[in-house]
Amino acid sequence: MNWLSWLSDFIGSPDRRSGPDSILNRIAEHLALSAEALFYASLLAIPLGLLIGYTGRGVTFVTATAGATRALPTLGLVTLAVLLAGVGDTAVLLPLVALAAPPLLVAAVEGVRDTDPDVRDAARGVGMTHRQVLLGVCLPSALPALLAGLRTATVQVIATATVAAYVGLGGLGRYVIDGLATRDYAVTVGGALLVVLLAVAAQLFFALLARYALPPGIRAQRRPD
Amino acid sequence: MDDEPLVRWYWIGDHLGYLGGLLADHAVIALVPVLIGLLLALPLGLACARFPRLYQPLAAVFNIVYALPSLAVFVVLIPYTGLATRATVMIPLTFYALAVLLPTTVDGLRAVPEPVRQAATAMGYGPWHRLAAVELPASVPYLVAGVRVAAVSSISLASVGALVGRGGLGYLFIDGFQRTFPTPIVAGIVLIAVLALATDVVLVTARRLLAPWAVREKAVTR
Repeated sequence: MNWLSWLSDFIGSPDRRSGPDSILNRIAEHLALSAEALFYASLLAIPLGLLIGYTGRGVTFVTATAGATRALPTLGLVTLAVLLAGVGDTAVLLPLVALAAPPLLVAAVEGVRDTDPDVRDAARGVGMTHRQVLLGVCLPSALPALLAGLRTATVQVIATATVAAYVGLGGLGRYVIDGLATRDYAVTVGGALLVVLLAVAAQLFFALLARYALPPGIRAQRRPD
Repeated sequence: MDDEPLVRWYWIGDHLGYLGGLLADHAVIALVPVLIGLLLALPLGLACARFPRLYQPLAAVFNIVYALPSLAVFVVLIPYTGLATRATVMIPLTFYALAVLLPTTVDGLRAVPEPVRQAATAMGYGPWHRLAAVELPASVPYLVAGVRVAAVSSISLASVGALVGRGGLGYLFIDGFQRTFPTPIVAGIVLIAVLALATDVVLVTARRLLAPWAVREKAVTR
């Protein structure tokens, strides 16, 4: 067996074209789960991060905690959550949100703190309220950092959503886990390659977004990273 | 699951030796790749600092490598390295470590102030002597910051290897899940956190000894 025959076996199977195990359906499941996790994580982390960054309170706490969450093994969190809460989207969403929130939080905090202090003073000087400064000055200048944080979070969530298939959820991880369980390498390798493609596509999407979707004034001052 | 407590302490007491063995296996699987990654990152980083044109494409490649889902990479390697072997897990972890360490090495070498470099040259240091005695020590705070991030991520990622049969403490997650028995899962999470914390303490101590002048290290953006 070689790569080409594995791939043609995987793609050629009628199950891949229609029904619950079709490639399109698995990708849709994967993206839906990832998007849901990212949505809740953003809702939680971005406003909090903006506030912490603007007031400067709790910054050390945020940096220290965000570093520590890197040590949390996602497979352990997912299996534990399922044992405690039962199989379902909520059980898997919780660890995914916990994974995506720290990079977003750090990005929001750093983005606001990196706003040029002179610009902030000037905004206060012309009579803007704190709320106006935060939303009208600091938020736009934090956009590149937020986008970078969102990219990190997305990539991690897409990778971890694969692991989530182990506890019985859908998505591209299904191919990998089911293939391993039935020793069907064609399915496993096909699924793995699709996950890789999806992760690379997400990276490209964010690279394009950073390039074309940011306001021109922000784009110009963006530091190379 | 309804009357099963989160932790049954007697199970942990009965399995101390077993848990110790998994912990040792985990440490090897997770940390040896970081060491190899560092050994590879140093010469590569030197080359990139000298030839900036090399750095852009390499950084782009490693950016993508870093984003590859670990489970997918493990699976793709199985036909070459075998199921449930250390290599299947350690080879991808080496590349993840390298993806973190290459940028920090380059940043560290670039951060050596030009006057310091010139002073070393003026004192008669040749390029190699200057590298070993001035530039590398000056970039230690950056290197340690990178190794800390790489080590912690590697320790947490290695557990995913359990899905392809070799994940050290990660096996406890599979075991606990299959038996609907949360104790091993909790033990695994705690032991992984302890291993990560212990490694971090060792690295911070190493930085204090190697670079006592560095009050604060540079943040790593990963």
